Amino acid sequence: MNAAAQNGELNRNGANEIYHKGGSTKRKFQESFEPTPLYAAIVTYVNYAVVTLFGFLRDFLRKHGFEKLYAATEDPEMKDFVPLYASFESFYTRNIYNRIQDIFNRPICSVPGATINIVERKFSHSGWTSKYTGKTLKNVVNLGSYNYLGFAENEGTCSEAAIESAKKYGVGVCSSRQEMGNLDIHTKLEQTMADYLGVEACITFGMGYATNSTNIPCLVNKGCLILSDGLNHASLVLGCRLSRATIRVFKHNDMEDLERKLSDGVVYGQPRTQRPWKKILIIVEGVYSMEGSIVNLPGVLALKKKYKAYLYLDEAHSIGALGDHGRGVTEYFGIHASEVDIMMGTFTKSFGAAGGYIAGNRALVEHLRAHSHSACYATSMSPPVCQQILTSLSIISGTEEGRNRIKQLAKSCKIFRQGLKKLGFIVYGNDDSPVVPVLFYSPCKLGAFSREMLKRGFAVVGVGFPATPIVESRVRFCMSAALTDKQIQDALSACSDLSSLLNLNYSKAK
Amino acid sequence: MDVDKLWIVNEAIQSALQTPYHVIFEGLLVIWILRLIFSKPHKIPDKEEKLTAKEKKELVDLWKPEPLAPPVEKTLAETRPYRLVNGQVGKNIVINGHKCKNFASLNFLGLVGNKRVDDKIEKCIQNYGVGTCGPRTFYGTFDIHLELEKKLAEFMGAEEAVIYSYGFATVLSAIPAYAKKGDIIFADEAVSFAVQKGLQGSRSKVVYFKHNDMDDLEDKLKQQEKMDKKDPKKAAVVRKFMVVEGIYMNSGQICDLPKLVEFKYKYKVRLFVEESLSFGVLGKHGRGVTEHFNIPISKVDLVIACMENSLASGGGFTCGRHYVAGSQRLSAVGYVFSVSLPPLLAGAALEGLKISEENPEIFARLRQKASFFQNLLKGIKGIKLVGYPESPCFHLRRLHPVTPEKDLEFLHDVVDKCEKNGICITVATRTKAEVLSEWPASIRIAVSVQMSEKCLKEAAKVICHAVKEAFAEQRKS
Repeated sequence: MNAAAQNGELNRNGANEIYHKGGSTKRKFQESFEPTPLYAAIVTYVNYAVVTLFGFLRDFLRKHGFEKLYAATEDPEMKDFVPLYASFESFYTRNIYNRIQDIFNRPICSVPGATINIVERKFSHSGWTSKYTGKTLKNVVNLGSYNYLGFAENEGTCSEAAIESAKKYGVGVCSSRQEMGNLDIHTKLEQTMADYLGVEACITFGMGYATNSTNIPCLVNKGCLILSDGLNHASLVLGCRLSRATIRVFKHNDMEDLERKLSDGVVYGQPRTQRPWKKILIIVEGVYSMEGSIVNLPGVLALKKKYKAYLYLDEAHSIGALGDHGRGVTEYFGIHASEVDIMMGTFTKSFGAAGGYIAGNRALVEHLRAHSHSACYATSMSPPVCQQILTSLSIISGTEEGRNRIKQLAKSCKIFRQGLKKLGFIVYGNDDSPVVPVLFYSPCKLGAFSREMLKRGFAVVGVGFPATPIVESRVRFCMSAALTDKQIQDALSACSDLSSLLNLNYSKAK
Repeated sequence: MDVDKLWIVNEAIQSALQTPYHVIFEGLLVIWILRLIFSKPHKIPDKEEKLTAKEKKELVDLWKPEPLAPPVEKTLAETRPYRLVNGQVGKNIVINGHKCKNFASLNFLGLVGNKRVDDKIEKCIQNYGVGTCGPRTFYGTFDIHLELEKKLAEFMGAEEAVIYSYGFATVLSAIPAYAKKGDIIFADEAVSFAVQKGLQGSRSKVVYFKHNDMDDLEDKLKQQEKMDKKDPKKAAVVRKFMVVEGIYMNSGQICDLPKLVEFKYKYKVRLFVEESLSFGVLGKHGRGVTEHFNIPISKVDLVIACMENSLASGGGFTCGRHYVAGSQRLSAVGYVFSVSLPPLLAGAALEGLKISEENPEIFARLRQKASFFQNLLKGIKGIKLVGYPESPCFHLRRLHPVTPEKDLEFLHDVVDKCEKNGICITVATRTKAEVLSEWPASIRIAVSVQMSEKCLKEAAKVICHAVKEAFAEQRKS
């Protein structure tokens, strides 16, 4: 590892050399976040201005009865109550979101594998009313589901094992872990997961979102400091808030800002009393799904050691998807798992199941077993879901098939990303991340792109405000090991057609 | 008049010219005053000097953070190990190697292991696989979710139902979707932990009223009304909510819904009812506390329930009028930012609902067995039974509590003795983080409709015997 990379000083928008420990492959840490072109920003603002003006006009017409009101209204008996919704709060929903809502919530009626069957809906009255046409769009190539290693399958070893498990255990557990919900299959899963990750122990929970929101309050409380990355997921933000610790946000993946805040935290202590903080916890994610970036883990670890902080790594999108054996972002950087204090992840993306886990040393896991809010009050994981994780884990970690899936995912990521860049799209994020966000800036182009891709047989995910900044609407492609090379090439050629049709090639990079 | 004024001015100029130094002195004074008024205040330089890099490094070296978690030995010494269940959590359960009858799992309708449900689960896995691999917005909406939402709304008699993928996260996300910073929520002090977290997450002002005490609630509502009259402008934008549970998890009592609905309209406070334990239990058709009291469900703003108890599946749902329930699809964090409910769980819930609809007498049978069992246990000496007479989930507490630690030890002893004799019950687990952390320890009993009367009589005998032995042992020590 070169000296700069060892200290974690990685260039954004550039290439850095990192070698994989235990191997001799040199891998470049290449990320790019091309700045918004002026032309695109202007067009986007004009788009919003036009839609907002029409929004005001339509609201006026609806209020005075010139246009039919399709939205649900308050119960007439409750008209004296304080209004439940502030009228401006839902302006965006009524006038902007409604117009492109056909690209969201598309119902499917098949396994979310490489191809899906979408139930067709027809929207009318500017998106206010919808009905099902009764038709199904079959075999649409799925570029939107989090099916990184292709374990969303309804045939094969995984589903057969899940069915056996359902026959043996049923699906209901009806109790929390501390009471009657601790089944033998849970202990087996936890042991297997701990062995896979290379840590001492692991504890699992029924939902990934609840894992973050119920466990962060057990680890930190009032008098502790949390340094949270600016783009952390909503579940991490909720967990931090529920813990009542002081939260300071540092710029996304910016090691200088993090160092400054860490230093200030240790040196100056708590703001009013000047007493030292009880603990400092740094919370980062492995792969950020909106930006497609990978955390600068060597940098964060170096800072963590220097300032004696603890590190909470949320590997929701990176477990199974990064690293030669799918062990996540620690394996990707050649770092041993024991260096990260708290490794959290979810089973929903790469394992095709549901739930979350936290892994680390035995003291941490026993503490969570005893005090975690989820272990005490929430129902434990359903047995067939546990079995699905066990089967997929055994495939990933022990078999040729698992290794092939991981290789196929890495290959697909590279081909697709390079293909999009050649077509002139602005693609954010790291070259190795399985999430490929492509910037369109304007919500109108987002809507058009999604509809046109569906016509050509591709299901894509468009994300706009408020999940992203208002002028940075994007389409987020999720790569999968289940996609064949032909499907990827077809997707690229469809993107190419639409690039010229909708003027989407903003990139100036060559 | 003009002539007088002119004469005064003339006089002034004359006298000024006669004493020039006076004029000059006063002029300088005026200029000085103007300068003082308009000049910026003089800043006192900050006495605090910036720390040097060396000093900062010393502070960093000196700082010793607390350990992330206490040492393993301490944690293990203070807590009890998990009980291990082998196999299915049904009427019969194998716990820590002992074969027992299950009076601890909240499997009220006995749907765990039901053949029809198992077949449906198999079909779902064959159609959809296990996971949904996406949140509802991004290809995570399956036709089975839409079917389940429609069926739930139909079953409950509501306009719309919204499904969540985890029971705990349902109420945790539903409350903050409506109550924001600045709003006021009146909550019963015995609400369950998930509700408490929902209240905390909403950042609203929470006013707790005494458990099930409608007079106390009315007092607090009246106080709020007085404050509103003093500041009507603020009152016009502050939303008010009441959060109660149908059957309280912490006490087994039922809420006084007619009174609450009366307060809703009298004091203009919206009503949310958390029905995890009353859904599938109360009411002629199992529709919960609204059906039990014969109140149309449209009077309750939002009903929040989980499908993990009566329906023996997973996840949770909320239902209500379109106007209220619909907004969760965009503003409830646990719905938008989380992956959707696995189809096999949705399928199990659907089949459970169909079975309940085809056998509506199951609910009356469940309540009858619950009250039968409660009557058998009421007579045990030294034990107080807490709970609504027909509730299948009720609590046993010590009649004369000693100290919290000793009471807890006593109850665990009772549980262990029952387990050895083939009856599985559990102490209601709580953490110190609860609002009511001084609430007395209790054993929570859950009756399933599958239990026969003979079984219930035997169980009551075992529990009675275990309590007697535990008391005898405590007296000796």
